[in-house]
Amino acid sequence: MNIKKGRVHKYNRDNIDTDVIIPGPYLKIHDPKELASHAMEGIDPGFHTTVTPGDFLLCGGNFGCGSSREHAPIALSTLGIRAILAPSFARIFYRNAVDGGYLLPIEIERSTLEQIDDGNMIDIDFENYRIINLDKNGESYTIKPLSDMIIKIVEAGGLLYYSDDEKGFAS
Amino acid sequence: MTITEKILARASGKSVVSPDEVVFGNVDNVMMHDVSGPGVIKILTEWEKKGNKFDRVWDPDKVWISEDHFVPASDRISAENVALLSRWAKKFEIRRHFKYGLGQYGICHTLSHEEGLVLPGQLYVGGDSHTNTTGATGAFATGLGHTDIAYVLMKGKIWFKVPHTLLFKLHGKKPAYIMAKDMILHIIADIGIEGANYKSMQFTGNIVKEMCMEERLTLTNMSTEAGAKSGIIEPDSVTYDYINTRTTSNYSPIHGDDNAQYLDVYDYEIDKLEPTVAKPFSPANISTARELESIEIDKAYIGSCTGAKLEDLRMSARLLEGKKVKVRTEVLPAAQSIYFKALKEGLIEIFMQAGAVVGPPTCGACCGAHMGVLAKDEVCISTTNRNFPGRMGHVDSKTYLASPLVVAASALKGRITDPRDLEN
Repeated sequence: MNIKKGRVHKYNRDNIDTDVIIPGPYLKIHDPKELASHAMEGIDPGFHTTVTPGDFLLCGGNFGCGSSREHAPIALSTLGIRAILAPSFARIFYRNAVDGGYLLPIEIERSTLEQIDDGNMIDIDFENYRIINLDKNGESYTIKPLSDMIIKIVEAGGLLYYSDDEKGFAS
Repeated sequence: MTITEKILARASGKSVVSPDEVVFGNVDNVMMHDVSGPGVIKILTEWEKKGNKFDRVWDPDKVWISEDHFVPASDRISAENVALLSRWAKKFEIRRHFKYGLGQYGICHTLSHEEGLVLPGQLYVGGDSHTNTTGATGAFATGLGHTDIAYVLMKGKIWFKVPHTLLFKLHGKKPAYIMAKDMILHIIADIGIEGANYKSMQFTGNIVKEMCMEERLTLTNMSTEAGAKSGIIEPDSVTYDYINTRTTSNYSPIHGDDNAQYLDVYDYEIDKLEPTVAKPFSPANISTARELESIEIDKAYIGSCTGAKLEDLRMSARLLEGKKVKVRTEVLPAAQSIYFKALKEGLIEIFMQAGAVVGPPTCGACCGAHMGVLAKDEVCISTTNRNFPGRMGHVDSKTYLASPLVVAASALKGRITDPRDLEN
């Protein structure tokens, strides 16, 4: 998986919903760069100025609950967020993130939320399903294994570019 | 198998499916609107820019389009989105396109049942999270994003992980002034806003069987707020009577097997339920209306796919008749046909005599789009479905969610009011 080490932006609360990630009034906008400038506006209006491409989001459970707006993963991925680490994801957000090829939703243990600090540099080892915290002497935490299908869809750039037949979807 | 499993089995050409199995389902109906549609078109345009071809929709007669979020066009950008949708629909020969000012139009989830567009037993996907609503007619109905809708438009099918089903049995005798909204807010509070994530919520029991179709739709609509992939109610005579007055299309209803397996079964006795309100900032954050009677409000909002169906308007009008509202009150019927029926029943006159403003069908302020969004620190009681920070306007505004009866009672008092206390 083509994800390198990056810095963590941490918002330690559950149920960060799509109205927070990209508020309703911006739903009429479809320019990714403009959407990106409003990412996470409901929680941190300055967020877009702090992200370097390759960074990660670390958040509480049920991330992305609410609306089906694909604007949410578009805004985050356009800023350069490559993966979101959270104990759980709302289903449509998860599906949009993967099928649109925008970013990887990575499920973590709830305890990991406390162990990684805002600003930590981390690396993700997809072969061993571990997050390595480079700012804490290589302390590491497990991630829930992602199915090959999920990784391949994101690597392909989304569902439309993934596979023409259904064999690729065998579970 | 449950009704949900059987619909997905039929749609994927299998005799049996099990929860967690990934299947490809052939889609019977797909919907997009003025927010998801332009997003879908953008995905398709990028696909073409990369050298691929998209010159036809797999089946234009299975696609339908609504204009609902930012209409009547709220500004120039919205007007461009609506115009783009019209050009696209014409090019791809989509005949079922509901446009404002051209006869029937309204909120997509309302048109779906009001026009009999989606039928019992069908697999229906829509570019909106509240697509779950339509499961009340016995269809598998779920919301998808732009990319997935684009994929369906190309191929007529899409992958699903077969969901586990949670069965909610609502029993007893429904007390006066209690509506489906009170019940579903309780259920969401019980299981949490993540409680049905990836799962289907199925509703049954004598209370549900005795409900009219529009009340049933409130249950399935709000299943989205518990994270559910779908909400569903097995079709019965109420369903068939409702659907058959709206379409002449044939359909093949599906029912679950007697030995269907449910992940969990929840029993609710409705007898002692009290009028209920969800406080900011979560639909699961409930209190009784009486516990909140000190909360003063700036506005009452009767609108959306959740709370502006004809039955919702009838219930609110019942309380507002012959009285005057104390706070700004807005009524936005969910579809043109509902507006017209309300007019003929005299409901619009009741609202106007009471001092409320009656506006055109639109998602409007429910999603903070336009038509009465909230200012900083404003407090609104609303028949809608979500009260996350900033949902209906300023991030520091507050929305309380309740039934049309509680919202109408509160409009009359200027504070949160249990409709049973109106005479006090």
